[in-house]
Amino acid sequence: MDELLEKLSNARGVAGQEGEVRAILREALFEHVDELSVDSIGNLIARKKGSDTARSHRVMLAAHMDEVGGIVMRANSDGTLKFRSVGGLDPRILPGKRVRIGEEKAPGVILRAPHAARSGRRVMPISDLLIDTGGAGGIKPGDMITFESSYEEYGALLKGKSFDDRVGCYMLVELLKGAYPCELVGVFTVQEEIGLRGAGVAAYAVEPDAAVALEGTVADDLPRQQDISPTTELGKGPAISVMDRSAHADRRLVRILAETAAAHDIPWQFKQPGVGGTDVGSIHLARGGVPAVAVAVPCRYIHTPAALMDPADVKNTIRLVSNALSGPLGRPLRAEWSEE
Amino acid sequence: MRALIEELCSVFGPSGDEALIRELIGQHLTELVDEIRTDRLGNLIAVRRPTAGNGDGKRIMLAAHMDEIGVMVTHVDAQGFCRFTTIGGVSTNTLIGSRVQFANGVEGAFGMEGSPLSRERPTPQKLFLDVGAKSKEDAAVQIGDTAVFRSSFGAVGDRLFAANLDDRIGCAILIQTLRELESSPHEILAVFTVQEEVGTRGAATAGYGLEPEVVVAIDVTATGDFPEATPMEVALGKGPAIKIMDRRMIVHPKVRGWLENAAKANDIPYQLEVLEFGTTDASAVQISRAGVPAGTVSIPCRYIHTPSQVADLNDARQAVSLLAHALGGEFA
Repeated sequence: MDELLEKLSNARGVAGQEGEVRAILREALFEHVDELSVDSIGNLIARKKGSDTARSHRVMLAAHMDEVGGIVMRANSDGTLKFRSVGGLDPRILPGKRVRIGEEKAPGVILRAPHAARSGRRVMPISDLLIDTGGAGGIKPGDMITFESSYEEYGALLKGKSFDDRVGCYMLVELLKGAYPCELVGVFTVQEEIGLRGAGVAAYAVEPDAAVALEGTVADDLPRQQDISPTTELGKGPAISVMDRSAHADRRLVRILAETAAAHDIPWQFKQPGVGGTDVGSIHLARGGVPAVAVAVPCRYIHTPAALMDPADVKNTIRLVSNALSGPLGRPLRAEWSEE
Repeated sequence: MRALIEELCSVFGPSGDEALIRELIGQHLTELVDEIRTDRLGNLIAVRRPTAGNGDGKRIMLAAHMDEIGVMVTHVDAQGFCRFTTIGGVSTNTLIGSRVQFANGVEGAFGMEGSPLSRERPTPQKLFLDVGAKSKEDAAVQIGDTAVFRSSFGAVGDRLFAANLDDRIGCAILIQTLRELESSPHEILAVFTVQEEVGTRGAATAGYGLEPEVVVAIDVTATGDFPEATPMEVALGKGPAIKIMDRRMIVHPKVRGWLENAAKANDIPYQLEVLEFGTTDASAVQISRAGVPAGTVSIPCRYIHTPSQVADLNDARQAVSLLAHALGGEFA
């Protein structure tokens, strides 16, 4: 789909070690924004002035740079590593997966510890898994562990290890290339996967009037299930969150996105309410509160080495947010709280 | 006071959807305060400036939450049945047999997959809402719509029965306190908060925005006065409870002392409360900015977070008296 998306997806960066992703983004952004800075916790903040200088309205768009992965706890003398997850990894999918370790990208494969393999349990907790490095030297506690998996076109879809949330980072770069009436602050956040930590301090510093988190989110549309709530479905457009575990979306912003989609013939869907959490969880509680909403690209097999997404959903999410910024999202929200 | 509680309990307002209850409370406040506004998360803030003293009063925030627990539709199937998720601390055991109501008046009954005689414990995944629809197209609700638990408001003597005494009884107490409080040296920031049931979110941002010098939440608390209850020294009808501690807050000794002294000086019965689970809006404000001395006046309430909550009207009346006397005097 795009060279930048490929680079971002292949880049390695678990929470706390987002440097490689940040470097790619700086390179991609510097000629498109007015100001680029990195804050004390590592968030990359890109500011772009608005064309409407008569009214002050600051919109923050957030996408997180970190991906789920692991961290080395101990390097054993036999060439195996004890590790922990950084963010939510499903232990059922781990044994046999290939990983890359540390800055040198040493190869490794996840295996079951022998005592655990004898326990008769079918699913081992991560504490009973090890990584076999084949005896690679130089690996230290604290080194990050990421899935070994490359970006590729996959039928009509795209495959990558970290569309959550590099697709958000990609969309945010594309959106920052545009011109809008409002002041736009793009924040590439750190440490989302371990508790929405970067976004909270960024929102405190930025003091936005409204915020949108751009995400890659769970899709569970295959195989076809009983007629119950799908989280999201591929190809049906951007998924708008009304409520998840971290936040209730501002209803005015939900309406702005839905009406913008209708006006521009962009398909969209609700994300299944009640599941997951996004940077909105910490952004909306910053200072005296920030109206906020999350909009996401559906991804099958998220938090695995092979997330799949539909490029049409990526394009439509960019179109939706771009049109909203040029329209009602780019202007001050109506103060009254009528729900119509 | 009873009529006010009943009126507040009749209006829709799950966490995140507080517009209707906010409008009603706002109507009751117009004559009572100097200024009313709604902040960015939807908290209703009513300010009454000091009417006595020589400017040495405090900025005192009083918080009662407008929101109530409920459910949100996550999917409408082809036949018109709705799947749902819960909003706030809803116990799955209370769902079968409960009735919910949507903002547009549509009613919902809970059903469970499988045999009607099943003794299986209900899990949220197996439950669905019947909203009287014949098909998806016929359903008057859609994904993202919210509903609240409703059972008819009832009273036996002074014992009140309602689905949402948590915390409409606290909202009523705060309104009534503003009515009965004649003069105060303090600037009173009466805040009707949003999203308490999903993690004291509204109080957190209101506390930041208002920078109070003292905060007191008015909320319900559990009791230990029914058969085989978890031991707890709080009972219905023995007066409002002055909180000492809950799961997220230890009350500032000055706030507790101020409230206790007001009760003692005016012969208002009260109880002391140590709650081993749960918390109130005061805990979020307590750690706002550089910290705020915090306390809570609690109304004993049985069966909290079920569709039939029971409280005693006298406890509410005495809570008003306690707050009015405390606010009428100095903070010390």
